[in-house]
Amino acid sequence: MIERSPIFDAISYGVMILGLMLVLLPFWITFVAGSQSIQEVTQVPINLWPSSHLLENLQAAWDRADLGPKMLNSFLVASGVTIGKIVLASLSAFAIVFFNFRARMVCFWLIFMTLMLPLEVRIVPTYAIAANALQPVQAILDVTGISWLLQTLSGVQVSLEWNLLNSYPGMILPLVATATGTFLYRQFFMTIPDELVEASKMDGSGPLRFFWEVLIPLSRTNMLALATIMFVSSWNQYLWPLLITTDRATYGTVVMQLKALIPDPTGLPDWNVTMAGALIIMLPPLLVVALMQRWFVRGLISKDK
Amino acid sequence: MSAISLSGVKKRYQKNNVVHGVDVEIEAGEFVVILGPSGCGKSTLLRMIAGLEDITEGEIAIGGTVVNKLEPRERGCAMVFQNYALYPHMSVRQNIGYALKVAGMPRAERDAKVLKVAKSVSLDPYLDRKPGELSGGQRQRVAMARAMVREPKVFLFDEPFSNLDAKLRVAMRAEVRNLHRSLGVTSVFVTHDQTEAMTLADRLIIMNAGVVEQVGKPSEVYHNPASLFVADFIGSPAMNLVRGFFGEDGYFRHGQGGMIHLPSLGQGLVSREVSLGVRPELVQRVSAETKGAITAVVDYIEELGASRLIYANADGSRLIAVDTSNDALGTGMPIHLSFAAVDAHVFDHDTGRRVDLGDANSAATRARINA
Amino acid sequence: MERRAFYRNGTLPWLLIGPQLLLVLVFFYWPTSQALYWAFTLEQPWGGGNTWVGWDNFAAIFRDSEYWTVVGRSTFYATVTTLLSMAVALTLAVFADRALKGTKLFQSVYVWPYAIAAPAAGVAFRFIFAPESGLIGAINQMWPGIWNPAINGWQALGMVIVCHAWLGIGYNFIFFLAALQMIPKSLSEAGAMDGARPFRRMLDLQLPLIAPTVFFLLIMNLISSFTDSFGLIDTMTEGGPFGSTEVMVYKIYFDGFKGFDYSGAAAQSIVLMLLVIALTIIQFTWVEKRVHYH
Repeated sequence: MIERSPIFDAISYGVMILGLMLVLLPFWITFVAGSQSIQEVTQVPINLWPSSHLLENLQAAWDRADLGPKMLNSFLVASGVTIGKIVLASLSAFAIVFFNFRARMVCFWLIFMTLMLPLEVRIVPTYAIAANALQPVQAILDVTGISWLLQTLSGVQVSLEWNLLNSYPGMILPLVATATGTFLYRQFFMTIPDELVEASKMDGSGPLRFFWEVLIPLSRTNMLALATIMFVSSWNQYLWPLLITTDRATYGTVVMQLKALIPDPTGLPDWNVTMAGALIIMLPPLLVVALMQRWFVRGLISKDK
Repeated sequence: MSAISLSGVKKRYQKNNVVHGVDVEIEAGEFVVILGPSGCGKSTLLRMIAGLEDITEGEIAIGGTVVNKLEPRERGCAMVFQNYALYPHMSVRQNIGYALKVAGMPRAERDAKVLKVAKSVSLDPYLDRKPGELSGGQRQRVAMARAMVREPKVFLFDEPFSNLDAKLRVAMRAEVRNLHRSLGVTSVFVTHDQTEAMTLADRLIIMNAGVVEQVGKPSEVYHNPASLFVADFIGSPAMNLVRGFFGEDGYFRHGQGGMIHLPSLGQGLVSREVSLGVRPELVQRVSAETKGAITAVVDYIEELGASRLIYANADGSRLIAVDTSNDALGTGMPIHLSFAAVDAHVFDHDTGRRVDLGDANSAATRARINA
Repeated sequence: MERRAFYRNGTLPWLLIGPQLLLVLVFFYWPTSQALYWAFTLEQPWGGGNTWVGWDNFAAIFRDSEYWTVVGRSTFYATVTTLLSMAVALTLAVFADRALKGTKLFQSVYVWPYAIAAPAAGVAFRFIFAPESGLIGAINQMWPGIWNPAINGWQALGMVIVCHAWLGIGYNFIFFLAALQMIPKSLSEAGAMDGARPFRRMLDLQLPLIAPTVFFLLIMNLISSFTDSFGLIDTMTEGGPFGSTEVMVYKIYFDGFKGFDYSGAAAQSIVLMLLVIALTIIQFTWVEKRVHYH
């Protein structure tokens, strides 16, 4: 702040407090409604102060939406995507930045083009591939005539199949198959001075050792940022798990259960239980963001710019 | 057998020739400084020795073994980098000991070695700090300790002091010199700072535009420059270089009708375009009556404290003289200058190489080199 | 800048990049090419593979006036969502950048919406906007029947847009604040020396200087509101009432998975892809060229 301007400061606070209310309102309503009894929540106008039924509503939501196993699924998928992404992204960015090999730029563009199209716009064919992940291999065999050759030679019909529907790999792998993390790691690796690579060469360490003992420790901040972004975005996935799991009881995630918590228009309007459920489901990614804010903000910005 | 032997070493990037073919032998235990302006290929040459850069053509041998195909770690060289290149996430101890760790040395032995080396460069109180918590000079020491701990056959220094302030640079120079005296390891040091080069080197390699201009002891290079480039590059203030030609009458003609009587030098050079060179400290101020005195006008004067530099204009040619007198002098005043013919150098203008001036000049030069 | 310190190694880089490349090929390039294939073919009703039909699938969706309604609605949805979300986030960022006491707290809370799953926010907003509940619905007590997004399409669309915009506040805020904080402090000080008051400096110095971020976010928001609205619409309105909140992604999902019209859905996917690609290209060329700052 450069000069004293009390009036403008007051306006600033006013705007910021209004903003705070705007941002917090949905959280507050969710919390308040989740803590009320069904009588209180159906009152018009509603009381905007929390009541005492939070625990029982949480319990009811937990039971109704079977949130125990669903939480586990959400955690498995979110951590699977997060870990998978970090491992693959760091390795591929390492190859792209520090190795001189033919087709380096081709690989770079192949991976980076995927930033262009979000999963949602190619959902139908991605679903088809999930039904049989070996479909491209089969197609290659068919087109090149290898399957015909095998069939005539051995009499065995080649039909490869690896069905990913209703499976964790199916829920995780397509979400790992984008360039977000690779891009973030690449940006960071580009800032590593050449001399550091050379010093490690002089010290006698090879590329893998350099990766593990120098790059990975140095990129810890980036890893935390990427982990936060990936955890939040995969926890919050809705459309993809909805498609790939027909067996909701076994493979459903918490976010998919939200719809099941909404009261039937013709039934009992127990929004208090719905909101308690929403509260549970919102909480894990919110905690992650609140705790990791410092790192993840940095990561997000370097990711896209 | 030389410690490092370069023969016909060339470096080409795509179509660009960066190093044009270098042949140098470096003796064991020698401290060699490669000196040249930026972009002359000196760092590239050093990096080729280190193994960080491919050798396009030619051969490099270290300790008698051709190392062209060897990885950096297999060459027995240690390097001190310009920006230190310390691992930011490792403590001083880990930084120094990293090469030993990579080599698989047991921890206890490694720690003992690190401690010994750290002590020798007075780093032992800082072993558990990170590089970010050290001063520039301390980082420099860590970089040196890291090179020393491996007990390499060869030390390579790539402009290691360029990030230090002037005072620290002088101190580090002395330290490196002492270190070399006590360890006796063959060292190759790259710099563009001639004072640094002159004070450190047993022998200098002067490079320009990818070509070695001269190899020799500092005094040799100073007093007997092999080329116009070296004459101009070495020495501050730079050597007086006056362009002109010798007439049959024994006069050197230059500038706008300037004539200098130098009958002993001109033989065999008549009408060839040359540059005449004299170190400013060998140019004297004389009285107007002195025979053969050059008349000039003072352009300006640079006070250095103990002495001053007179920048003078003699018939359109610039002459610099070192003057220790206290005479009142000012811009526009006429002065008279003179130098001994044996102190002069002549360079062929087309080839840029030195022209041999016969016995009298060689003798004077030798006397200076050995002084 | 090209690096000079490369490792050279025949197989190692391929081993490192292989897994990622494989995933990208299987889950990105193959499906995308499949979408193209389907878009230009039609599945035989009795099985037996697809027949090539050229542009027929596209012609069919382009002839369908309902499709154009959906495209128009999506465009409206994306535009309003983007503008609303960015306006709120920018306002908050500009004031939160003033480094008054306590702004750190405000700054961290403004990021929160980023963490929330769209369907979760959808459920919360559905309750807030529910005609029978006691928040917005309370006005129905004064004017009965005035608010009912379950029947009124425009109200339903507005409700989804508000929720989508709210969700974007966090992301937009992060970028706006970062951009504002990149502006050297000396610039504001120079402005103050020139006699500009804080509000004046906001308009004259800060806003023009963050123009690149504004353009960047504009495109990112447009893309995300064209593509990322499924979770919200599915929990809030399911495309209703009477299709009044059906946008392109929702229609693709519906035609593909409920109507089993893979070819039609694929053709729609291609159109959406082209739209997204076009936006990305605008981002890369036009924006990068037109807006410079250092």
